[in-house]
Amino acid sequence: MTNPPEFQVSSGGAVAIQQPVSIARKSPSRLFWERFRQDKAAVAGAIVILILILIAIAGGPIAEALTGHHPNDIVPNSQDDFGVPFGPNSHLWFGADAEGRDLFVRTMYGARISLFVGIVASGFAVSIGLIVGLTAGFFGGVVDTILSRAADVLLAVPQILIAVGIVAACSTTKQGCLGGVLQPGLPVVIFVITLFSWSYIARIVRGYTLSLREKEFVESARAAGATNFRIIWREILPNLLGPLIVYTTLLIPTNILFEAALSYLGLGVPSTEASWGSILNDASQLYDVAWWLMLFPGAFLIITTLAFNLLGDGLRDAFDVRTER
Amino acid sequence: MIFYIARRLVWTIVVVLCVIGITYVVFFKLPAGNPALRFAGKAPTQQELHEIEHRLGLDRPWYVQFGKFAYHFFRGDQYGWPGLGYTYASGASVKSLIVNRAPRTLFLIAGAAVLWLFSGVAIGVISAVKRRTVTDRVAMGFALFGISTPVFWLGLMMLYIFWRQLGWAGGAGYVSPTSDLTGFFSHMILPWITLAMLYSAFYARMTRNNLLETLGEDYIRTARAKGLTERRVILKHGLRASLTPIVTMFGMDIALLVGGAVITESVFNLQGLGYLAINSALTQDLPIVAGVVLLAAVAVAVMNLVVDILYAFLDPRVRYA
Repeated sequence: MTNPPEFQVSSGGAVAIQQPVSIARKSPSRLFWERFRQDKAAVAGAIVILILILIAIAGGPIAEALTGHHPNDIVPNSQDDFGVPFGPNSHLWFGADAEGRDLFVRTMYGARISLFVGIVASGFAVSIGLIVGLTAGFFGGVVDTILSRAADVLLAVPQILIAVGIVAACSTTKQGCLGGVLQPGLPVVIFVITLFSWSYIARIVRGYTLSLREKEFVESARAAGATNFRIIWREILPNLLGPLIVYTTLLIPTNILFEAALSYLGLGVPSTEASWGSILNDASQLYDVAWWLMLFPGAFLIITTLAFNLLGDGLRDAFDVRTER
Repeated sequence: MIFYIARRLVWTIVVVLCVIGITYVVFFKLPAGNPALRFAGKAPTQQELHEIEHRLGLDRPWYVQFGKFAYHFFRGDQYGWPGLGYTYASGASVKSLIVNRAPRTLFLIAGAAVLWLFSGVAIGVISAVKRRTVTDRVAMGFALFGISTPVFWLGLMMLYIFWRQLGWAGGAGYVSPTSDLTGFFSHMILPWITLAMLYSAFYARMTRNNLLETLGEDYIRTARAKGLTERRVILKHGLRASLTPIVTMFGMDIALLVGGAVITESVFNLQGLGYLAINSALTQDLPIVAGVVLLAAVAVAVMNLVVDILYAFLDPRVRYA
């Protein structure tokens, strides 16, 4: 029996390198792709999201061209003598809504508003949360205390009530509020959703920054004379990318549901700009006689949030981000 | 320990003060239009308006108004403590309105909380123990559906299926348990399930993740090596440690629902606190909204305090400093 190589004897835990076969170094992004591709649910989620984005961009106009119905026009012959809308038929594919408008065309246009609000509000929230979280985590001290306490207070207020208060206050006149900065409709809805979601991202970014700040590579960059800005930009930010992508993906469905909830309470976007939430709000009056009013926009809404959640879960596993609520 | 509790107490009061500030700004400063118009009849004269403004204190500078608002909250007003003022619309005391509506919301939260705690933790444990089996996948599929479904949609579907189609449950509306106990349960069961479903999904995911993490710890290996039954290892050693963060979450979620069960309340027409606040916001009857928001914030702040102190007892690793 030949003697094993020295390094195998010396430490029991070390794994012996048998043959110097060419070992290709796997970059983090390659590791990510290999893991992500294995996750069929996440890939399916990503494909569904791509389709939904296409629907949001072109679905409305295409549906309008196919059916010849404008989303806000009352389609003739869409209600019976008692004013109850007709269900799905060859003329109205998803049926008619309470006003006699084409539900198919409205649902397709609804994708646009729902996704737009969800993605834009999440984008704002992530930008603010990133800046605040980075500042608090990196510099610490008074800044950290103030920002963390502000986030604490935001978590303590009943969000939906304050949100309703702001939307209601800004929708009473056409000028909106805060000197006309917050216009009624989409702007104020995006504002309140951003207001209540940035602190979630800020807390996560702060936590990661706190631990990254103490890492050796930051220390070595500092020893090499890097400025704070350079350390944040070149050392910290790249390491935050994974968690940021994951939590943004998970924040989007939450915010889509937030918009839908506001619209359901009658405080979201106006009914002339159909979002899935506002369509469902209209539907809630007639849900027991017209099941299609709940089914189609509801199904689109759930498929969308499900797809984002599946993608987010898959990304988290692929990026190997630790889980928290 | 005493110092820790005292510091937390001070912080709780600061949070409540901040919320009073936010409430005041959002509900009294932000809205365009004069609240005095709500009291005045049609086409009031300038003088009438001034009189009403004076009576409501609207002619004072904002810091005096805010000071009075905060003072009355802490010291009480003619309707007792806490002073929340009277409504614009009917002139009734906000406090009596809130006391009247609170049981509806509290019953809703209590029933749903019991449901979601037990179902969520059970599903999470089963899922973690049977990891990567069909059972796990089905359970996590349910959880994913739960967090992806809008509550109002689920509620309306429940009403459609179990009330309209099958007739198994009572419909929308609230029945007082003192007048008709069966009716109360029959009307509450759907709201309970609807509200619990969302939270149950979150708790199941959280329990599963925590338990899986705990089961990888060394002391679990030790427990197994001692020859304990698997049941005992998981329930006694694994679950105990995984449940501490869930206790925190449970306390906070219950408190947040005091003013946050708006959607469930409005789908099932329970007319609880959240519903009262929303309706008042829409009619610009701001003292009611402010009262509910404040009550909800106090509930959150106090629960936060309770949970933090409880946590320090439950988890010896928590430092009091």
